Amino acid sequence: MLFNMAKKRITAVLLLLLGVGLGYLVYSTQAPGSKWNFKLGLDLRGGSQLIYKADVSKIVLGEVNNSLDALRDVIERRVNLFGVTEPNVQTQTANVGVVGTEHRLLVELPGVTDINAAIALIGQTPTLEFKTERDPGERDLILKQIEDIKKKQEEGKDVSAEIANIKDPYYVDTELTGRFLSRSSVEFSQTGQPYVSLQFNDEGAKLFAEITKANIGKTVAIYLDGQPISQPTVQGEITGGQAQITGGFTPLEAKQLAGRLNSGALPIPIELIATNKIGATLGEGAFDKGVKAATIGYAIMAIFLILWYRLPGFVAALALAFYSVIVLVIFKSFGVTLTAAGIAGFILSLGMAVDANVLIFERMKEEKKRGKLPSAALEEGFARAWTSIRDANISSFITAVILFWFGTSLIKGFALVWMIGIGASIISAVFITKRFMRAIYS
Amino acid sequence: MYVIKHKNFFLGVIGALMLGALLLTFLWKPNFSIEFTGGSLIEGVYTETRPPVDTINTYIPVDKYGAFKLQPVGEKGLVVRLRTLSQDEHGQVIGLLSDGTNIFTETNNSTIGPSIGRELRSKAILAIAFVLILIIIFVAYAFRSAGRVVSSWKFGISVIICLIHDIFVPTGIFVILSHYFIGYEIDPLFVTALLAILGYSVADTIVVFDRIRENIRMGSSKETFENLVGRSLSETYVRSINTSLTTVLASLAIFFFGGEATKHFALMLAIGITAGTYSSILLASPLLVLISGKKTN
Repeated sequence: MLFNMAKKRITAVLLLLLGVGLGYLVYSTQAPGSKWNFKLGLDLRGGSQLIYKADVSKIVLGEVNNSLDALRDVIERRVNLFGVTEPNVQTQTANVGVVGTEHRLLVELPGVTDINAAIALIGQTPTLEFKTERDPGERDLILKQIEDIKKKQEEGKDVSAEIANIKDPYYVDTELTGRFLSRSSVEFSQTGQPYVSLQFNDEGAKLFAEITKANIGKTVAIYLDGQPISQPTVQGEITGGQAQITGGFTPLEAKQLAGRLNSGALPIPIELIATNKIGATLGEGAFDKGVKAATIGYAIMAIFLILWYRLPGFVAALALAFYSVIVLVIFKSFGVTLTAAGIAGFILSLGMAVDANVLIFERMKEEKKRGKLPSAALEEGFARAWTSIRDANISSFITAVILFWFGTSLIKGFALVWMIGIGASIISAVFITKRFMRAIYS
Repeated sequence: MYVIKHKNFFLGVIGALMLGALLLTFLWKPNFSIEFTGGSLIEGVYTETRPPVDTINTYIPVDKYGAFKLQPVGEKGLVVRLRTLSQDEHGQVIGLLSDGTNIFTETNNSTIGPSIGRELRSKAILAIAFVLILIIIFVAYAFRSAGRVVSSWKFGISVIICLIHDIFVPTGIFVILSHYFIGYEIDPLFVTALLAILGYSVADTIVVFDRIRENIRMGSSKETFENLVGRSLSETYVRSINTSLTTVLASLAIFFFGGEATKHFALMLAIGITAGTYSSILLASPLLVLISGKKTN
């Protein structure tokens, strides 16, 4: 019996030490430059958020997800090129309140407050196109149209509608575009001239072979961003899927072009539908204020618990500190992004985490009144309070899950914190509080 | 139990309160934030004292940029709300806002396309509906063992009516605040607060109902349902209040000491959870007795 009690006390002391150790860990890893710092959301750090709508109307149904993933990868590479730390690029699907399904891409750029530069960076689509010569008859027809329009223009007539309809007289589009590019690199010819070497994927290689086969002796034009940059003459069918762009580049230009081509053309057209620039001033101090609010909130709750429940209240205050440490360790180790709403959620969860303790203690009081010994009342209190703790937390969890679904990225932080809090509060009440209480009352 | 004995009085008062909140909301139509309506919002500061709002009003041509609203913030700050602007138009408006040497510098801006606004609006309504439906189902399932005395669906219905009350009251107060003060808008955080109130308020109702469930299991068949509910309520109301009190304290700590962005949010939560506490005592249990179909004294 005596041995049993000693064991319970040792367990409690060990738990206490563990809590203090974890608490120190949370505190000591919160230093400038530490990779275990709390991850702060865009609203706390300042930055830009862009939401694009992806136009998947031309994509085969089964391919939509693949193309969206490809889109995300391309944008992610471009954003990384910009040197943003910890950017967040993710695809989203909206089914509610829109016609059909809307596919979106969310781009969050912490620290970037020049939203126009960010938009330009992401929208910088190097479109690479391969075109073949137009039929001479058609070409002459179009050239004549152009002549006519020029004449009209000289006469002072409005020709803007006609200009918009003019086609490129010399070249026609082919199916081969930058989409089929697998890699590009800078190489140098024997004369020391830099050129950009292109390697197509299998599908692209097939298309390129077909195009070259059908156009032997003619030119094939390579267009970059709608401008022709090179018009090599086809000597024979090229089957290996390799092509070269020799455009009289300087070595630097060639390198930049290869880099841009490698970062990829967008597989799907996108349209900007929302922008959000958050100045750092708004978030400034919000984290510190959150820490202050949490500390004060904790202190008030601890005072209340101790005044109302005395010794058990003190245990509950300890368990609550333990709870905070568990949650903060989870935030750090899983890199949970903290937003203003998330910090509020954490403070709120302190108030909720106490609930289980309150229910257990009230039940214990009741059992004692019925004449049970403290140790028996303790076990009975835990057992009897469990059903209401379980049911109350399940309904909260249901709500948190729905909130996660509803939320924009900043709100999701709140829902996530809530879910983590529900889990940790159950652990702290039925595991931590119980061990401490047993050590005292047995 | 006093509350159960005078249940008609309490139900009447709470019903009137809910009706009042509903009426106010429809009469005073609170403002929705651009996340819900779509549009552009520009926030910034002037280098010197902000020109009078009436003067700034003349800087932006309505025929070109549509109707807009100005909201002064402090000495130098200004918030401008407009229709969804393109990036070019946005740049032009920033230029127009400056007043000679008194330069307007933008600190925050957001532009929300109409489709996102529509989506969020629908989602907000759906999310609240989903939460209510899932909780009613969950409560009906969790209280199935009480079904031999009163259908567990009646427990679910009482909980839901209680929850509707718990979000009506803070909404009503929010509408009053938004009517008299600037800066209260229905935004995603407001909806988050409502959902959090729903998810949390159900907890203390469950505490009381859990006791009713237990007493049904243990109790003698001689006791009337009304007495049983009254006894359960008097056994548990202290803990029901105490659990909520700690959470209200937490919300107040956020309100007084937390960041600016979550002030309204914390206030809504404090009001909603307080409403949830008295409603679980004054509304949920009396309602359960009323709809139980059992004879009352």
